[in-house]
Amino acid sequence: MKLFVSEGNPHCLKVLAALEVTGVHCGVQYISHEEKVVPFLSRPSFPALLLPSGQHLFSSNAICRYFFEVNGQESNDVSNQWLEWETIVLQPVLHQALHMAVVQGKGSEVSRVLQSPLNFLDQSLSKGSMPHLTGESVSVADVILWAALYPVLSDSSLALGEHKFVRAWFDHLAAMHSCQSAAQKVLQGKAMKNYMQKQSVPQSFQCRDTQPSNSSPAESEEGERAVSEEEMEAATLTWRKGLTSCSLATERQHPLLPEEGKRNILLTSALPYVNNVPHLGNIIGCVLSADVFSRYGRLRGWNLLFVCGTDEYGTATENKAREEGLTPQQICDKYHAVHSSIYKWFQIDFDFFGRTTTEKQTEIAQDIFWRLHKNGFLVEDTVEQLRCENCQRFLADRFVEGTCPHCSYPEARGDQCDKCGRLINAVELREPQCKVCRQTPIIRSSKHLFLDLPKLERQLEQWLEKSTSTGDWTANAKQITRSWIRDGLKPRCITRDLQWGTPVPHPDFKEKVFYVWFDAPIGYLSITASYTNEWDKWWKNPQQVELYNFMAKDNVPFHSVVFPCSLLGAQDNYTLVNHLVATEYLNYEDTKFSKSRGVGVFGDMAKDTGIPSDVWRFYLLYVRPEGQDSAFSWADMALKNNSELLNNLGNFINRAGMFVTKFFEGCVPEMDLQREEKKLLAVVGWELQQYIQLMDKVRIRDALKHILNISRHGNQYIQVNEPWKKIKGGESDRRRAGTVTGVSVNIACLLSVMLFPYMPLVSQTIRDQLNAPQSCIGTMLQGTGTFVCALSAGHRIGTVSPLFQKLETDQIEALKKRFGGQQKPAQSSVSAPAAPGAEVKVVGGVDPEKAEQLTKAVAEQGEKVRALKAQKAEKDVIAAEVSKLLELKKHLALAEGKNAAPAPQTGKKKK
Amino acid sequence: MGGASTFQPITLVSDWRSSPSVTNMALRELASLEKYLGLRKPNKYSTQGDKKTPVLQNNAAPPLLGLVTIACHLVKEAKRPELLGDSAESRAVVQQWLEYRVTKVDNCSKEDIKIILKDLNLYLHDRVFLAGNRFTVADVLMYYGLHPLIVDLTVQEKEQFTNVSRWFDHIQHHPGVRHHLPPVAVLRNRIYTSRHH
Repeated sequence: MKLFVSEGNPHCLKVLAALEVTGVHCGVQYISHEEKVVPFLSRPSFPALLLPSGQHLFSSNAICRYFFEVNGQESNDVSNQWLEWETIVLQPVLHQALHMAVVQGKGSEVSRVLQSPLNFLDQSLSKGSMPHLTGESVSVADVILWAALYPVLSDSSLALGEHKFVRAWFDHLAAMHSCQSAAQKVLQGKAMKNYMQKQSVPQSFQCRDTQPSNSSPAESEEGERAVSEEEMEAATLTWRKGLTSCSLATERQHPLLPEEGKRNILLTSALPYVNNVPHLGNIIGCVLSADVFSRYGRLRGWNLLFVCGTDEYGTATENKAREEGLTPQQICDKYHAVHSSIYKWFQIDFDFFGRTTTEKQTEIAQDIFWRLHKNGFLVEDTVEQLRCENCQRFLADRFVEGTCPHCSYPEARGDQCDKCGRLINAVELREPQCKVCRQTPIIRSSKHLFLDLPKLERQLEQWLEKSTSTGDWTANAKQITRSWIRDGLKPRCITRDLQWGTPVPHPDFKEKVFYVWFDAPIGYLSITASYTNEWDKWWKNPQQVELYNFMAKDNVPFHSVVFPCSLLGAQDNYTLVNHLVATEYLNYEDTKFSKSRGVGVFGDMAKDTGIPSDVWRFYLLYVRPEGQDSAFSWADMALKNNSELLNNLGNFINRAGMFVTKFFEGCVPEMDLQREEKKLLAVVGWELQQYIQLMDKVRIRDALKHILNISRHGNQYIQVNEPWKKIKGGESDRRRAGTVTGVSVNIACLLSVMLFPYMPLVSQTIRDQLNAPQSCIGTMLQGTGTFVCALSAGHRIGTVSPLFQKLETDQIEALKKRFGGQQKPAQSSVSAPAAPGAEVKVVGGVDPEKAEQLTKAVAEQGEKVRALKAQKAEKDVIAAEVSKLLELKKHLALAEGKNAAPAPQTGKKKK
Repeated sequence: MGGASTFQPITLVSDWRSSPSVTNMALRELASLEKYLGLRKPNKYSTQGDKKTPVLQNNAAPPLLGLVTIACHLVKEAKRPELLGDSAESRAVVQQWLEYRVTKVDNCSKEDIKIILKDLNLYLHDRVFLAGNRFTVADVLMYYGLHPLIVDLTVQEKEQFTNVSRWFDHIQHHPGVRHHLPPVAVLRNRIYTSRHH
């Protein structure tokens, strides 16, 4: 996706502001006004958006709508109406206003032309009690109208008359960092002037000669205008309150149980499969996101329990055990330890990290089973399955191989053919083979139990209606759930003919286990039970407990439809999910994570990179796939580390601390708050408020931006006031330096608290360096945000040192190479036409088993070629088969460890 | 321009069905759209200002103003959200052409007509509908808006903008769309072949 904008074009301000506000990831390219981007338009048109589908959007409003929708904010009737008003009523008038002011030089008459739409806007804003055009939060209509009016409303020389509500609304938006930064990008300095000149518009209209050319003061001036006197007073009052002596942030007393009068939150993250090492996408999708939210929740004073564990039963584990020559139990023990250590390194602060292979699991799963059985929600049905008499068991799909019934590929799996890609029902395979003993299995019918989802559908829908309307469900979670229900629910099999699972207690179904999808979510309950015997105080207590489920989007249906049905049918007053938080996918560079190809960074490798755990956390959260897929990129990680952590955040905190150390012997100086400080306190307080609002809604990535905004404000504040110069001046200058230093170091203290959920170690380091009192943690995030003076005059800080290190280009390049996977083998396998299953494993070197199969394949292919020649088949047909034969021989040679493709064969090929 | 063009509090309220003198095109379009959508209970409309901006009267909620806004509202009322596009991308494309209709197509100059048709012709050369492969409300409103332009085209011009003609013919034959407008003849076989190839 790419956005094309041209500097100085006011329409481009709309889309850039929308991009910043929504935080959608999209490349931005600046090009000149005359260039043609949209292939089907005769005239150049800006802005333009190249969509992922290759299609272009050329309307600025449509582009803005798209960004907002991608971010989960669909427009409604009210915003539609404002957008239509903007294009039909406002734009022509604005155009006329510009023409009058510029071409005819009648700036004084602009007011008359704009009076009517501005009056209308003012009236509309005055009627609603809401701060924005369509409601409480900033919508696409606000951004578009703000940007459209920006050229006229930001120019004070055009006396446009009193529009109190328009002014307040406009200033409020203008104060948002996103809007400021967008305005700077396209309408800064001479850019607008140049554009106007090319549009044959005199410069006098838009150019603001009074503004300094330096961009930083300009930005802070924009911030200034937005803050009202009341806000400044309120912020100053809060600041003076000082720390409250609250007992938060004390050690947690395990076991945690719900408490009367508190917000009791039970938080789960999807249980990772035990049979593999998690990759970065798995980590950000569930455990890391859940960790950030639980850390935040504890700071907010919620009574919160965070549980997770490894999901250990199922075919996949049995398979892995066979592969590694271990028992399933040994595999689980091994990988459970791997998972634990990875999460420990990433500082995931579970209250309890358990596993599903426990007595408690059997007990609770069987209890739920009997309840469903008793309540008549289980139905019996017969399923045809392959059984290996030799191994004495039914074969799971992954344990069968055979000839594909569609394309005759000889190594099709029980569920899918690797060659033609079609889905297969294992019993349809021709010449099926047991993968373990190579005997031919027989078809046997086997009785299974099914959960009667259609019978539970009405109950489910009633519950969903309530849960999704009162809780915070991400847009994708709602949408996936809706589509499942819309397609109609069918009974789902809950039993499997396997050994590695929770045994089905029903006598008619002994030797069967529960299907993992039924069993695994019960793991949440059993893991909690392993943590405390009073687990039902969390799980059978919907009156007191709010349940948050964190997961990636592929897990949504099991948490929103299937598992709730199990619990609803069991009828034991279970706690059902209130807030379902699902992420989209994280890609690796431009591709997918792939264990088999060695592409991407996996949990256990992250620490070997030498990059600190906190920086990993920061970057993963910065690109958290919130609202849309995103990608991990090494270059971007280096950029964000160097620009945001090092130059912005780290730089500000370090400077603030260093000034205290160097200029004031390590003691926080007296602060005499001037108007400028009061404004800054209000601006910082506003960012803190936004952070809390977003975090409360689990918008983790968006909230992070507000932390970085605060340090940006701080850096500007220091830059403008130059305490390092003032300290050398007279008495009043020195007092001023003291105030600036004291306020800055207090902002640093606030930042350390806000950072705690994201970067726990850095957060602690900052507080250690500032010697900050522990109570600041509990104070700052109270209510809607409380920025108090935590380090008062006279407070002695500790030793200050840099927090972050630069990531160098060569270091990053080396890492990129190391984790880029082995692309070459993948390519060679693509070029080979025959037997696609056969080549995959050849690359590794000598493989006797494969060699044997290939010998057979070569012999068969040889027969085929001879037969074709005997039939005098067409040359092309024969040639194609010959080249397949040669290809097979080449792979055979490789599998036998010989040098592939000897010269005479290539000669033959040309024949 | 000036005050009259603003959406202002409504002064004129008239049920256009009972007063045949109202010949507002936008209202006729909305009536046709209602029929196409199969909405049983007709809505009450009025117009406002010099430009006769359509207004949808609603007992339960505040009135809605503007052709595109009302059209989208009707589609939702009829529970046919797919007509607004079936993905974020196509929804943006649909809105773009709806906006194009009311800003570029309506009240366009003679010179603009040629550019609009040329651009659309290029755009439609690999598309069946405006939003790709699915029929949407953008096709309906663009068809209504382009009708007066297409009616005046010569056979030769229609052939020159062959993709637009194909699309236009397709939409006017789409069941239930045409209603208030007379059909326009589009020839399937070319008669000026030599000129363009």
